[in-house]
Amino acid sequence: MITISKINETLFGKKLKVINIGLESFAEDLRKQGVKVIEVDWRPPAKGKKELLDLLDKLEALK
Amino acid sequence: MGISIERANKEAIERMQKSQPTLVGLDIAGNVVPGMKKKMILHAGPPITWDRMCGPLKGAVIGGLIYEGLAKNEEEAIELASSGEIEFSPWHHHNGVGPMAGVATYSMPVFIVENTTYGNKAYCTMNEGLGKVLRYGAYDDEVITRLKWMEEELYPVLRDTLKLSGPINLKNLIAQALQMGDECHNRNKAGTSLFIREIAPYLVETDYPEEVKSRVLKFINGNDHFFLNLSMPAGKATTQAAEWIEGSTIVTTMARNGTDFGIRVSGLPEEWFVGPALMVKGLLFPGFTDDDANPDIGDSTITETAGYGGFAMASAPAIVQFVGGTPKDAMNFTLKMYEITAAENDTYKIPYLNFRGTPTGIDIRKVIEKGILPQINTGIAHKKPGIGQVGAGLVNPPENIFEDALRAFVEKYVK
Repeated sequence: MITISKINETLFGKKLKVINIGLESFAEDLRKQGVKVIEVDWRPPAKGKKELLDLLDKLEALK
Repeated sequence: MGISIERANKEAIERMQKSQPTLVGLDIAGNVVPGMKKKMILHAGPPITWDRMCGPLKGAVIGGLIYEGLAKNEEEAIELASSGEIEFSPWHHHNGVGPMAGVATYSMPVFIVENTTYGNKAYCTMNEGLGKVLRYGAYDDEVITRLKWMEEELYPVLRDTLKLSGPINLKNLIAQALQMGDECHNRNKAGTSLFIREIAPYLVETDYPEEVKSRVLKFINGNDHFFLNLSMPAGKATTQAAEWIEGSTIVTTMARNGTDFGIRVSGLPEEWFVGPALMVKGLLFPGFTDDDANPDIGDSTITETAGYGGFAMASAPAIVQFVGGTPKDAMNFTLKMYEITAAENDTYKIPYLNFRGTPTGIDIRKVIEKGILPQINTGIAHKKPGIGQVGAGLVNPPENIFEDALRAFVEKYVK
């Protein structure tokens, strides 16, 4: 298995610091391998609920 | 010209910012609270019937009926409360607010807070202290005796002191307290101290016997939460000024009765959007467990609605010793609330954020879009009547009430 530290050594030549904008599990996997990770607190608008997004869109016309 | 949400919200925020909640006096509820009746009990949160009330609210109703002389004991009070003879009505329908169970009856003294910019008035009873008190559903002799003392001694002394001191600007006191480590919901040490500074020079000038003056000052000094019952009607007088503005998506009420959590929105007059009150996560007093706790209760969320309380937790790092978490959490809660509010307060400032104004004016569109719920800190009542407070912690409103409000808003305004 190729570890992050191996990738660092060969690709970047220095210690890697990561900003995660994806799923929390991406960050967890990296932390397990000793990589420093900070996470962007992000979620899809209206938690991805289509009905609510449609309602918000309708209100755009009244802005 | 059609509806403009931006324009309506700008007006709502401007009215909140320009509000000057001011303590102008005290009186008996029956004399001044609009619509108050002898056989009426005011309570916190959205409307609720006796059969759906939680333990602490039922306990406070029992205590209120005994205090008012409408029942001699617990049995009589329960019979009367369930008979249909007593009218239960939310404080918010009477221009007022009540902490925790929020029970108020006809004879109880109330603070009168006037928004001197717009002339609207808000009301609230006086704070009894922590622990075994009516607002947490306790109703034994000790509780009733204290309430009677508040009516017969504390109330006239404060009323007459106010006549000597003149009106006290609460916005000014809240702004100062926020810079002294309070957030004016669950931490009111600074606010209470500032209030004592305002009244003490005049209280000693009243004609009451020295021992009476001493008892009153000691009572207020012995209760760090005394100022809560002023910061709350100050919030109510502020958000009232932003109520019922056509096209506004700003929340003007958040309130809980221990069973339901309700919100009201400026552009949707008088309509409650209600969901289940959730359990509070926090620190319990020794000897109590999560199983003892009642769901979220009280009108004190008016503080968050007005731009302080949980929204100003960055001002009050020490509060985490009472509600749980770390000072960093307190900071993050405030920072998160900027995501769902329309403005930064032009008077309430947070020193630790370079005097940034507190997040003010919850916008239901932002709550839905960002998927972030308002952050509340609050006391925890025992679920059984008669026991009192068992802790304090953090809680959010249920998600569905903001979704329902958004649906109703679209239905009303989008043709």
